Amino acid sequence: MLGRTLREVSAALKQGQITPTELCRKCLSLIQKTKFLNAYITVSEEVALKQAEESEKRYKKGQSLGDLDGIPIAVKDNFSTSGIETTCASNMLKGYVPPYNATVVQKLLDQGALLMGKTNLDEFAMGSGSTDGVFGPVKNPWSYSKQYREKKQQNPRGESEDSNWLITGGSSGGSAAAVSTFTCFAALGSDTGGSTRNPAAHCGLVGFKPSYGLVSRHGLIPLVNSMDVPGILTRYVDDTAIVLDILAGHDPKDSTTVQEPVKSFILPTLTDVSKLCIGIPKEYLVPELSSEVRSLWSKAADLFESEGAKVIEVSLPHTCYSIICYHVLCTSEVASNMARFDGLEYGHRCDINVSTEAMYAATRREGFNDVVRGRILSGNFFLLKENYENYFIKAQKVRRLIANDFVNVFNSGVDVLLTPTTLCEAVPYLEFIKEDNRTRSAQDDIFTQAVNMAGLPAVSIPVSLSSKGLPVGLQFIGRAFCDQQLLTVAKWFEKQVQFPVIQLPQLLDDCSLSLENEKLASVSLKQ
Amino acid sequence: MAAPVLRWGCPGTRWVLAWVGGGYRRGASIGSTSNPTREQSAVAQKPLHTAQKPRKGEHKWEAVVGLEIHAQISSNSKLFSGSEVCFSAPPNSLVSFFDASLPGTLPVLNRRCVEAAVMTGLALNCHINKKSLFDRKHYFYADLPAGYQITQQRLPIAVNGSLVYSVWGGKKPSQMVSRTVRIKQIQLEQDSGKSLHDDLRAQTLIDLNRAEGQLRVDANVSVHHPGEPLGIRTEVKNLNSIRFLAKAIDFEIQRQINELETGGEILNETRSFDCQLGCTVPMRDKEGKQDYRFMPEPNLPPLVLYDTTSLPAGADSQQVINIDQIRDTLPELPSVTRERLVQQYGLLPEHSFTLLNEVGLLEFFQNVIKETRAEPKKVANWVLNTFLGYLKQQNLAVSESPVSPSALAELLNLLDSKAISSSAAKQVFQELWRAEGKTAAQVVSEQKLELMQDLEALDQLCLSTMEGHPQVVMDVKKGNSRAINKLIGLVRKATLSRADPALIKDILEKRLQS
Repeated sequence: MLGRTLREVSAALKQGQITPTELCRKCLSLIQKTKFLNAYITVSEEVALKQAEESEKRYKKGQSLGDLDGIPIAVKDNFSTSGIETTCASNMLKGYVPPYNATVVQKLLDQGALLMGKTNLDEFAMGSGSTDGVFGPVKNPWSYSKQYREKKQQNPRGESEDSNWLITGGSSGGSAAAVSTFTCFAALGSDTGGSTRNPAAHCGLVGFKPSYGLVSRHGLIPLVNSMDVPGILTRYVDDTAIVLDILAGHDPKDSTTVQEPVKSFILPTLTDVSKLCIGIPKEYLVPELSSEVRSLWSKAADLFESEGAKVIEVSLPHTCYSIICYHVLCTSEVASNMARFDGLEYGHRCDINVSTEAMYAATRREGFNDVVRGRILSGNFFLLKENYENYFIKAQKVRRLIANDFVNVFNSGVDVLLTPTTLCEAVPYLEFIKEDNRTRSAQDDIFTQAVNMAGLPAVSIPVSLSSKGLPVGLQFIGRAFCDQQLLTVAKWFEKQVQFPVIQLPQLLDDCSLSLENEKLASVSLKQ
Repeated sequence: MAAPVLRWGCPGTRWVLAWVGGGYRRGASIGSTSNPTREQSAVAQKPLHTAQKPRKGEHKWEAVVGLEIHAQISSNSKLFSGSEVCFSAPPNSLVSFFDASLPGTLPVLNRRCVEAAVMTGLALNCHINKKSLFDRKHYFYADLPAGYQITQQRLPIAVNGSLVYSVWGGKKPSQMVSRTVRIKQIQLEQDSGKSLHDDLRAQTLIDLNRAEGQLRVDANVSVHHPGEPLGIRTEVKNLNSIRFLAKAIDFEIQRQINELETGGEILNETRSFDCQLGCTVPMRDKEGKQDYRFMPEPNLPPLVLYDTTSLPAGADSQQVINIDQIRDTLPELPSVTRERLVQQYGLLPEHSFTLLNEVGLLEFFQNVIKETRAEPKKVANWVLNTFLGYLKQQNLAVSESPVSPSALAELLNLLDSKAISSSAAKQVFQELWRAEGKTAAQVVSEQKLELMQDLEALDQLCLSTMEGHPQVVMDVKKGNSRAINKLIGLVRKATLSRADPALIKDILEKRLQS
């Protein structure tokens, strides 16, 4: 039951094959079993059971609220949830209980979804590993999968099993691990430079970043306001579309959301791709790209071509300036956004009381980790009067050039761009922490952050398992506000590649979950 | 810690009117508009010649004054949040999640505030920018919970305006001369909270209601010799009344002149005004010197305004703001009203100023005019002298007056028809003020204040008075012209002041000649 698509499980609920409470308990029990993954910061068990009870009453009366009624979901711990602690994985917000729901959370609850809990992340979503939060790193469920373990036994390197787990990617790693282990059917992530797509790629999930302005940011604790979007993580493209359909649209509380009414996002099934034009940006072929990912990328392009689509090489000439430009804009907004955490109104406050200034300094020192403090420091440097023109203004200009690169490509007739999501598959934690957060973010956001600077929709789709038995994702980038078209193409692709279901036999003894739908043979793109 | 946060006052919506240019003269009253939005606005910059006459061989000094004026917009809710604005509400009772800067909250621009800004811009002859932007200004302060203030630094909503105003003091002190102040820009700006420092307990208490309904002015002042480059300026911050503003500027100009004439130098510094001592003193805090690290506010799209020609077809009128439409709703501006009063009623220019400077006074005046046959000038005299005098004496607003426009009109009608004397009219007015609800006619009849209309009776009184005072009559006949006044006074006394002195004089003169 847990491995099914959202629509399938929704049908099962309607037909009474399972009740919302039963479904909720199954997920809660899985959350317990997978606790060591550290996917959840807060498990809102009582809330979820209460919601399940309400949902059950509705189903009994035949008054279901829709496809999401009774469906377990999880929310990244940087979305405000009324009455439920919201920490951003930071000491600064430990114990902070928001008095209101983020608009996206409210919309899901209004549809009868069950909130299972708040998921782990890098502190204030600053990171690409989900390793730098105050509650500790998130472990990638694929570390424990049959697929990965079998491959590893073939090439034993004598590492101790316990210490050799893999990172999920980030910063929405908790949400990715939660969906990947079937503890929920969908999870909200946030995506500022790739934070939803990156862990989706590493955990074998669909990770969707909507067009900027399509989905409300009200209640999302900001990293970079001009790039943040709520992201959606699911196991299937159709599930993402169902969730997007609920979330999309104008929010009077977020002035940057679209004014015009949005159309339904429910996806048609594409049978013919011959009218599609797929662009392959040549600048994304970087030396650091692993040969395996490169080869899968190329095979995916071939797949489109063989099915009749037009596949062309395109150029996004300012790509190489993107990551440094992102760094300047990101840290500047971070410096500004983090200014409110002063210990006065909410959150952590130090014991020092010699002066207000001393209290601010100590509170912020104690409350933020090195990564956050480092970004605040650089951001404030870029915003200084003497530096503003040379850094911030220039970065804004470069941002425009990068956005124009995309506009030009799409104007030339390209419908969707196809790129890698990450340089390689998930790496072991011990490997990952050999480099600092800044270096890692610069590497890991390489294919993803330009999309945020341009405000475009993008989605990472799991393609195949690598030779190590780990998921590899590819990214599709669409025209602004052509989110439905993008997801339609992604859905077609998903069907072609038949990505295998994660097998967690030691963890999940529930056979109905891991074995149904199992299709180990990934047809066209198998290595 | 240092700041368990006290909370009182109200928040919200503020603007800055920074006017630069125009002529500000020492001691002149600073133009304040009283339009429906209650922004106080003022001022200016321009050479100013000090009152001192230059001694021989010395240069004259000129002062340059620029003001940054913060005035609250009269609106029901705050600039960026839905929470209410209300004067003297309990501390922190009107604070939305946004006002408290809870993480994840976003600003939403209040339409009413934008309209008020456009209206003010139009009233002050500004160029309205069809596109304006919002910026963040950063500094840490306990009453600034977000760590930044949203303002319009780069591209404000209105620029390059002017206001013509008049001050007393041409060649004759009673003359009015007009001046022009240039207005650099009008910007919408979020108000900070309010700090209250409790030195005894070493605590600072914060009220995030904001919006005290107040005016706050920062004055930039420098002096230089005409024809030479501008002097170094100082900024006198947080002046909260027109009177203190004028005093602070006067003091600061004189201080700078004295400093320079004794070989000192002026520092570019922020100063505060000590209203007890009447002097400015340097501010210790570093507020004026910090780097505010301005950056664009990413959560507010550019504010786009339209006029009738640029309005997109089929635009939802709730979604767009049309400058031309606001222009059409502008009330008559004070300068036009004053001009009209002078033209229409023949009032003196200074009277037109007084009528407009007091809230409700013009309307009161016009309502009296509507109901009386009395001359407008006469009405103006009564309203500006008697009526306003009573109000001032008791510190009342026009709206609190016990005398209604109709009551005063009736009184003036009685006077105009010579039913009562003007001294009796004063008496009636006093009674109307005291005994609310009575009509003038009632007072007149109760107190028997009507003029004696019976000429025969008056003639008899004159005759008996003359008979009773033969010595005075003799004096008159001898040619002592002042003696007749004594007789008139005696007759008036006998009539209990109910007779017209001119009439008495006529009768007496006739009798004395006979």
